[in-house]
Amino acid sequence: MSETKSISQQERVKIPRQKMPTQEASVRVRNFNEVALGYPEETAMREAARCLQCKRPKCVEGCPVEVDIPAFIERLREADLPGAVQSLKKDNNLPAICGRVCPQETQCEALCVLGKKGEPVAIGRLERYVADWDLTHPSPPPELPPPSGKKVAVIGSGPAGLTCAGDLARYGHQVTIFESLHAPGGVLIYGIPEFRLPKHIVHAEVNYVRSLGVEIRLNEVIGKTYTLDELLNEQGYDAIFLGTGAGLPMFMHIPGENYNGVYSANEFLTRVNLMKAYLFPNWDTPVKVGRKVAVVGAGNVAMDASRCALRLGADEVHIVYRRSREEVPARAEEVHHAEEEGIIFDFLTNPVEIYGDEKGWVRGMRCIRMKLGEPDASGRRRPLPIENSEFDMDVDMVIMALGTRPNPLVFADSGGLERTRHGTVVADERTGRTTKDRVWAGGDIVTGAATVISAMGAGKRAAADIDRFLRGEEAPVSRAEAAIRAGAS
Amino acid sequence: MYEIVAREELAPVTKLLEIRAPAVARKAQAGQFVIVRVHEEGERIPLTIADYDRERGTITLVFQEVGKTTMHLGTKQVGECLASFTGPLGLPSEIERYGTVLCVGGGVGIAPIYPIARALREAGNTVLSIIGARSKDLLFWEEKMRAVSDELIVCTDDGSYGRKALVTIPLKEMLEGGRSIDRIWAIGPAIMMKFCALTTQPFGVPLIVSLNSIMVDGTGMCGACRVEVGGQTRFVCVDGPEFDGHQVDWDQLLARQRIYLEQEKQALELWQHGHACGH
Repeated sequence: MSETKSISQQERVKIPRQKMPTQEASVRVRNFNEVALGYPEETAMREAARCLQCKRPKCVEGCPVEVDIPAFIERLREADLPGAVQSLKKDNNLPAICGRVCPQETQCEALCVLGKKGEPVAIGRLERYVADWDLTHPSPPPELPPPSGKKVAVIGSGPAGLTCAGDLARYGHQVTIFESLHAPGGVLIYGIPEFRLPKHIVHAEVNYVRSLGVEIRLNEVIGKTYTLDELLNEQGYDAIFLGTGAGLPMFMHIPGENYNGVYSANEFLTRVNLMKAYLFPNWDTPVKVGRKVAVVGAGNVAMDASRCALRLGADEVHIVYRRSREEVPARAEEVHHAEEEGIIFDFLTNPVEIYGDEKGWVRGMRCIRMKLGEPDASGRRRPLPIENSEFDMDVDMVIMALGTRPNPLVFADSGGLERTRHGTVVADERTGRTTKDRVWAGGDIVTGAATVISAMGAGKRAAADIDRFLRGEEAPVSRAEAAIRAGAS
Repeated sequence: MYEIVAREELAPVTKLLEIRAPAVARKAQAGQFVIVRVHEEGERIPLTIADYDRERGTITLVFQEVGKTTMHLGTKQVGECLASFTGPLGLPSEIERYGTVLCVGGGVGIAPIYPIARALREAGNTVLSIIGARSKDLLFWEEKMRAVSDELIVCTDDGSYGRKALVTIPLKEMLEGGRSIDRIWAIGPAIMMKFCALTTQPFGVPLIVSLNSIMVDGTGMCGACRVEVGGQTRFVCVDGPEFDGHQVDWDQLLARQRIYLEQEKQALELWQHGHACGH
């Protein structure tokens, strides 16, 4: 270790970015085991040696939860793994998850100075290395301040909820998470597949949040089992954080969408990931897989769905996307992995109708070719259909991965929560305050479908603001409400 | 958690379980359902609430053993627990004072029609009821239904008890007889509800049905339960489970209920094999 410590800056710059070992594409398409295998110790130390320990580190600015990146890498370099874990977990309750699913290439690593001339430090891979070490060398949970006597209800146990709950517990508040499903983790459990984020990693990090004193109540649907107003007025909660994400699937509203064999990506992934349909019949939940599958959409969810379909035995899986390769919203690494595995990309193609057979099963899909026009509101060039370019795809299964919206169930019988026309909750970006007294919100329920880490950032900011409110440092005046009243929204 | 506090065999393949779930019982209303998972590796299945007792903090479920999961559920004894129990889900029945209402329960559908009939009676309606089953041994809750109905017709397909008829026969006779009926509820197998819809359509009496689609989460997240009602795709879990029976695309519903027929058979065989070997 002393060698790497004493080397010069020039020598550091010369070390190439260390590759992540992965399962061979031809092998991994037949299993659900993790694709990226993690750095071995030696590789991690070599990669850690590349960090220049900037005085004013840019990388930290790119992190929504502001992990002290140089500090944890420094500890790692000194082979002080417990110290590295401590530095990491000070700001991030879920590092083994973030090390796997964060889009580092557009966040911390995008700002790394090494990236200007060469390749940035592989911060995400180092984060994963340190966090994985922690999972096999568990340390006692951090000491907590004396109980504040305040109770907070966190709705949803996904990335936003877990982060918010963990931070609130560390501030000394009594936190209960309400989860509608039978397993905690939200999208980390039902959405992201095992081969990208093993579920034992999610369980371990959820258990870490539990170890901070957070109670998780499963199978309780807020809006049904209890309403928000009941939690505030009858169940004795002083504040609520809404982190229920964006769980409502979207469909295209084209003819034939209800034929057997047309799935929402949410249903397909929930069956496979949460319900473990890939282990059927040892597990009870089944899933159908076609011979030739079309996945409509090109986000990360579409990549996950297509790669699951392949692993479940489909002969051919197509990603059908109405824009071109340049506009693909999925992470570059996910697209790369999907292509390596043999997923076929049909760009500038849009379904117009799904055909069924006499028993109600999908037997084909009519599509139209598209071209790109002028940029639209999203800044991307608007896809336009090319007249008379329709053609038929021979598919027997279609998965709609068109994005998701917040589930309105949570708002039932509780007024005062301003929402946008997209169904998202209006909340102050810095604090998470909503228009409803004592209710905060963050993550996809506010932004619409986004990333795990941005949801965690929102959970963290809301926890800080809830803490200020509970300690009586600020009156419960909603900034979002003030903004709306002032006509600023 | 979710302990079974009472169990009854209503018929050779029809079981009743009363389950301790105070948070669910506190809010449950007629017409709603719960999602049940029998064991850790189990699937999530929707079951309509047959009764609830807020004081005891319990929910009563009645189900027919038709596949692996319901057979497994049927083996559960008093004192055992279910892996999960979520609810109450879906919208409650719209209970109002309509005047004269008719409640039709077929097979295992007699169970969910019971709390609806009771609630309608309590709301001041005259309640006429028809219950039916394939044969006498599959019939249950005749006395409970009689207690909440002003009139009760009992029939069996094979004539082994009560009148030998499908439930649609007395239904049609009542409507043809010029009996003034303001609203009808029909719950049972999809095919029975479809024929109740066809029977009542010409008479212009509103028909409410409770759809039994395949579900996963039961909260609007997956869309497995979607079905066209009045030309629009609706989610049974959050928009239902009750809909206008004259607007439902019954053939689509019936097709969608058959998606996993093959896998259901496979799971059932594995289960029966396991049991035959004494595992």
